[in-house]
Amino acid sequence: MDTVGLVLIRSLILAVALASLFAGMTVIERKMLGYFHLRLGPTRTGPWGILQPVADGVKAIVKEDIIPRDADRFVFRLAPIIAVFTALAAWAVIPVGPPIQVGGMTIPLSVADPPGGVLVAVAFAALSVYGVTLAGWSSQSKYSLLGSLRASAQLISYELSMGLSLLGVLMVAGSLRLTEIVAAQEQWPFILLQPVGFVIYFISAVAEASRVPFDLPEAETELVSGYSTEYSGMRFAMFMMAEYIHMITVSSLVTLLYLGGWNGPAFLPPVIWFLLKLGLLLFVFIWLRASLPRLRYDRLMDFGWKVMLPLAVLNLIATAVITVYVG
Amino acid sequence: MSWVVLIAALVALVAAMAVVRARIPVHSVLALVLNLVCLAVLFIVLDAEFMGLMQVIVYAGAVMVLFLFVVSLLGARKEAIEREMSLLAGQEGMGVVAAGVLLVALLMAVLRQPLPAPAQVYPGFGAVRAFGAALFYDHVLVLQLAALLLMVAVVGVVVLIARRDQGR
Repeated sequence: MDTVGLVLIRSLILAVALASLFAGMTVIERKMLGYFHLRLGPTRTGPWGILQPVADGVKAIVKEDIIPRDADRFVFRLAPIIAVFTALAAWAVIPVGPPIQVGGMTIPLSVADPPGGVLVAVAFAALSVYGVTLAGWSSQSKYSLLGSLRASAQLISYELSMGLSLLGVLMVAGSLRLTEIVAAQEQWPFILLQPVGFVIYFISAVAEASRVPFDLPEAETELVSGYSTEYSGMRFAMFMMAEYIHMITVSSLVTLLYLGGWNGPAFLPPVIWFLLKLGLLLFVFIWLRASLPRLRYDRLMDFGWKVMLPLAVLNLIATAVITVYVG
Repeated sequence: MSWVVLIAALVALVAAMAVVRARIPVHSVLALVLNLVCLAVLFIVLDAEFMGLMQVIVYAGAVMVLFLFVVSLLGARKEAIEREMSLLAGQEGMGVVAAGVLLVALLMAVLRQPLPAPAQVYPGFGAVRAFGAALFYDHVLVLQLAALLLMVAVVGVVVLIARRDQGR
């Protein structure tokens, strides 16, 4: 039986795990970027700079919390909360492995596994744009507003091709439940059956997470950090946390939808397979950041609407035809 | 489940009031988003799972973002909108009276007979499969007509933009 207490315990474990993963990601990303650039990255805080997140955390907490004079104080405080909440909440439906047996009880390795699991994740991704948009508006600063307007346009545009490529997976799997989608990939992971869909989904995922080369909402060089310009201390850290958890969320969705989730040769337990694939995707995110320049804004929109969207529609039609007539 | 309905309905009502009462347009948009999310909760409690999720994805996640986009561009500066109450003197009082009359009429209609028992739904009701079957088997003509209408609207927008650009 799945009791309320068990759900609460799983939620707590998940929140703590994601917060630590976020902390770990920040230092790993800086080290990796350092090696990509032929330098060392953080070295002063502990061995291999591993205590850097602790130093960053202490700094964020003790820093003065500044709210601009003209800011809309309520919305200014609300925006980082929305950002972190939507990033964390999507994890409620993401399973990290098949259900396990503990003392005669079957415990699913996710907080919940509703029939429309994928749609719940998509819904929270759709709501995440409010954090950025509201942050930009409530700061009452032109850089922030420009950043937030870019963000909302970008996220809406890429959400379309993301959803359309997702439909291909749903057609092949015949289910919206994430555990069933993973089960459908026991033979072949969907990256082999849906290669075009995978490429579109992954590119859109990078855009959804606002990572390089799609990091226009927070372009440091032109918008002095965009929507988060006026934020400092803990509130700024919350935006960073939301961004990194978002990146982890989209990576795990790519793992579940296209890379076969926790399926893998039996010499490793399923959860380890899931984490390995997740780690690989996160490395690709860092790799992209180290290698690619930022897109220009009009190119970004052109690419989203004139390349990704038509391709996603074609992929969808082809998948539908094949599913109906070939089986 | 009834307390979930009660809370969601109450929050939806308060949010709907806030949409009208807020002085700053962006706050109105926020209240409307909260209202739509509460409606989605009500849909899900009523076994209309797919409807509820679509409510969040399409309305709260896409349509309202466009609203926010426009509102924050038009009123980029945080200023309360002017209220021109003098145009229609006493309209607030009359509004309250009209709302009261409507409430009494509705209550009389609803409470005249005992409430019927909740309808029994078959398993899978409101899930994607049942929803798709209803859309593409039972109501396919209406669906296609709606799609055509939207297509015409899109073409219309493109034509209007092209004409404006030619004028430059």
